[in-house]
Amino acid sequence: MLRFAVRRILLLVPVLFGLSVLLFLWLRALPGDPARALLGEKATPEAIARINAQYGFDQPILQQYLTYVGQLVRGDFGSSPRTGEPVVETFLLRFPATIELALAALLFAVVIGIPLGYLAAKRAGGMIDTLTVSASLAGVVVPVFVLAYLLKVVFAVGLPGWEWLAVLPSSGRQSVTIDATHVTNFYVLDGLLTGELDAAWDAILHLILPAIALGSIPLAIIVRMTRASVLDVLHEDYVRTARAKGLPSGLVSRRHVLRNALLPVTTTIGLQTGALLAGAVLTESVFAINGIGSYLFEAISNLDFAVLQGFIVFIALVYALVNLVVDLLYGLIDPRLRTR
Amino acid sequence: MREPLLEIDNLSVTFRRRRSVTRAVDGVSYSVAPGEIVGVVGESGSGKSVTVLALMGLLPDRGVEVTGQVRYNGRDLLSLGDSEMAKLRGREIAMVFQDPISSLNPVVPIGVQVSEVLLAHTKTTRKAAMAESVDLLRRCGIPDPDRRLKEYPHQLSGGMRQRALIAMALACKPKLLICDEPTTALDVTIQAQVLELLKELVTDSGTAMIMITHDLGVVAGLCDQVNVMYSGRIVEAAPRGELFAHPRHRYTHGLLASIPRLDLPRGDPLHPIPGTPRDTVAWAKACAFAPRCMHATDDCVRPDLPLQPLPDSPPDHPVRCVHPAEA
Amino acid sequence: MSADEPHRSRTDDQWGDDDLPVIPDIAVATSVGLIERPPLLAEAMGDDGVHEEGTSLWKGAFQRLVRNPSAIIGAVIVAGFVLIAVFAPVLAPYEPAGSQWISQITPSTLPPFSPEHPLGLDPFGSDLLTQLIFGARQSLIIGVVSTVLGLIGGAILGGLAGAFGGWVDVLVMRLVDILLSIPSLLLAVSVAAVMGRQPLAIMVAIAAAQVPIFARLLRGSMLSESRKDYVLASWSLGLRRRTITMGHVLPNSLGPVLVQATLSLATAIIEVAALSYLGLGDPDPAVAEWGRMLVKAQERLQSAPHLTLFPGICIAVTALGFTLLGEALREALDPKSRR
Repeated sequence: MLRFAVRRILLLVPVLFGLSVLLFLWLRALPGDPARALLGEKATPEAIARINAQYGFDQPILQQYLTYVGQLVRGDFGSSPRTGEPVVETFLLRFPATIELALAALLFAVVIGIPLGYLAAKRAGGMIDTLTVSASLAGVVVPVFVLAYLLKVVFAVGLPGWEWLAVLPSSGRQSVTIDATHVTNFYVLDGLLTGELDAAWDAILHLILPAIALGSIPLAIIVRMTRASVLDVLHEDYVRTARAKGLPSGLVSRRHVLRNALLPVTTTIGLQTGALLAGAVLTESVFAINGIGSYLFEAISNLDFAVLQGFIVFIALVYALVNLVVDLLYGLIDPRLRTR
Repeated sequence: MREPLLEIDNLSVTFRRRRSVTRAVDGVSYSVAPGEIVGVVGESGSGKSVTVLALMGLLPDRGVEVTGQVRYNGRDLLSLGDSEMAKLRGREIAMVFQDPISSLNPVVPIGVQVSEVLLAHTKTTRKAAMAESVDLLRRCGIPDPDRRLKEYPHQLSGGMRQRALIAMALACKPKLLICDEPTTALDVTIQAQVLELLKELVTDSGTAMIMITHDLGVVAGLCDQVNVMYSGRIVEAAPRGELFAHPRHRYTHGLLASIPRLDLPRGDPLHPIPGTPRDTVAWAKACAFAPRCMHATDDCVRPDLPLQPLPDSPPDHPVRCVHPAEA
Repeated sequence: MSADEPHRSRTDDQWGDDDLPVIPDIAVATSVGLIERPPLLAEAMGDDGVHEEGTSLWKGAFQRLVRNPSAIIGAVIVAGFVLIAVFAPVLAPYEPAGSQWISQITPSTLPPFSPEHPLGLDPFGSDLLTQLIFGARQSLIIGVVSTVLGLIGGAILGGLAGAFGGWVDVLVMRLVDILLSIPSLLLAVSVAAVMGRQPLAIMVAIAAAQVPIFARLLRGSMLSESRKDYVLASWSLGLRRRTITMGHVLPNSLGPVLVQATLSLATAIIEVAALSYLGLGDPDPAVAEWGRMLVKAQERLQSAPHLTLFPGICIAVTALGFTLLGEALREALDPKSRR
């Protein structure tokens, strides 16, 4: 198990290295002068030269890359020329909001998706199944930000005649009227830690709509994956054996069907990490949440290299780590992998 | 003749799919007495496995139609609800399946899979059930059972897995054990060991057994009574000795003739049954075996041939054939 | 091709359900033709006998497809969409992006629906119905071009890896892994950012996200096909590498590629909207493109929700059509899938 884990971790190194090269070349090929973008059209050549020198834009590209990798290894993603703030610091500051949102979305997707997928598979071809499959298709084909806007208009802003539905906050992470103490910057967790339960509740209310919007695609994917996987397992010989042993149907479902069916679903959940972080870009900007997503949204509109680059390396790292955890988890659930 | 423990009476199973209707079992009747071992022989697709899956209530609910009666100790199994049936399965009637690796749950330790039968059917504690599982595995010839309990199916050899499956089936001392080709997936040497084990366990406890196989060797070594099935129907039924001495149905005859024999000269040709089970005709029109039968004539084209004793065969040896082999 | 495919004949369907395995026949399959059957028996067998001809992969897939209602719905949507896109100039009542009625637009109000403008005007003073019809055209172009670009890129990478194997394979697939680890939207964002705001940028951006998917697919199916027994048999018959690759491996990889292409059309149509939202779409705000229209309508979401609803429905329905068709294709082409 330990060797398995170490091997998996070492495999990350070349991937991250390749990624940094690729991204560096890619983003440096961007048209548009970053110094000019920063200072505006009327900047003097001296000012531009000063910015270029300050951020190393005037050095040979290899030199720039080596400097960049050197910084990366030290955990330094550089500074944003636009705000002057180190990228890592901004990330760390904004990360809790995004994690909180992503976790809430994932929780929503998993808690609803797995039981629904299971139910649909058990009654394959029936009403629940047809409805679930159709709804999950709808979840995939509606653009995230459209869903986010619709949710916001119906449940937060209020449509004429349907104002009674608008019971949830429309933007931000917490009401301004609440004077909460922030320890970890995970607002829900903070509220629970400090005992300010009203603050935690308020933060939860703020999370509901963005989490539903962001969780809709993972939900659809988890439902479909669970359904397919349970259908496969239901046809397995060992499920027939379990039934032939006269086990109560609940035990057959839990121990023999679900435990096996959830293996591929676990992998699917891990693969959703990237989609969740990308979706956060859209969701956070709709709901004015001050997370990494909205930071990237600003960076894209301003062609902010350092942030874009840092963000992608960062996302790749998170993605790789999450999938590492999934792999290890998989090893824990499936004894065949562990002893190989 | 003892009172039968299980009586299958005119059982039919029909599969309905979008556009096709298949009658996999077509009016099958046979019975098993306590302590008796009944063999059911036939090619894949003959309906021998579907018959027992139907009586165990293990066929899928959708698209399957089961008619007829299955009496077990006077109760009709087919009319029982699923939870009542579940109480019977594993405790009164147990089953051993063909492929031991796919029949065991890969992510649950052997010990849990054995002891869960005990926990489901008897009032016992987890600890006691585990202790009894060790005992069961040992009796089924698994060395070092304490260690094996904690292992997973993939860590066991094929023979060990089949022994573990048998241990599960025998855990609650069932009155009837159904074995569905229990040795097909095993090496020949292991096959013999497993059969020996089954024979031993059954004769010790007086358990009745249905042995489903396509291997006439298994039948010869084990069974008291033999039913030969073809295309969903029994075509010949007889006590073992009678069947092997006087096979009457052309299919049974062909099966026996197709076994290579060591006591004949090397150049002697083999006698395979020509064609495949696909070359068939509905029983409602003619003898389903006729398309592959060397002796078929237009006389064989008659609907629903009866299964009945021949004039020159004993009453316990019915045959479904127009041109039976010589006695 | 039918000779390569296992025959799907009676025995495959003998069982009523998937959980009853089809075990290989134990009888020796000597030729049935040797038996002379009596005439009445031959007659009785009639259609109960064997259908020797079997059906080819594509024919069988087509038969399964037309029996699947969701395939029919998908095909109808896709056909309708393509027809509208192709005949947009004929179907649309006005010129697109004309802004002819800009004078009727105020920052807070739009004129109501009228017989001349059944769906009203858009915020730039063009007829909404015309914009929606021409939007189909734009979506089709973007979808097809980006899918074709993605397919070409993926075919080059996957073909390289699959055909050469060895270190080429390792190198290429590592690259593909890296690309796959970047969420497709961010990949598209980076490309669109590099290329600036021009129509081609969107297509290349969306194509970039498809490249690793196609590459992996093609390599996978090439590898798995080339390990199959019939390819081994072709080798043993002394066929040349090119003959085998072109004649056997490639045709058998086409199915999954076709499926992925259909699904990626759906993705493309949705991602265009996301890119527009991020400000990376077509720079001309009046151009008839659904994603763009959707984004521009957000400002008037409360006063004129139909401006969001109509393009939103267009996107969702079209994406649904391609998704349904793609998944039905996948099911139909998979010989195992009989659910």
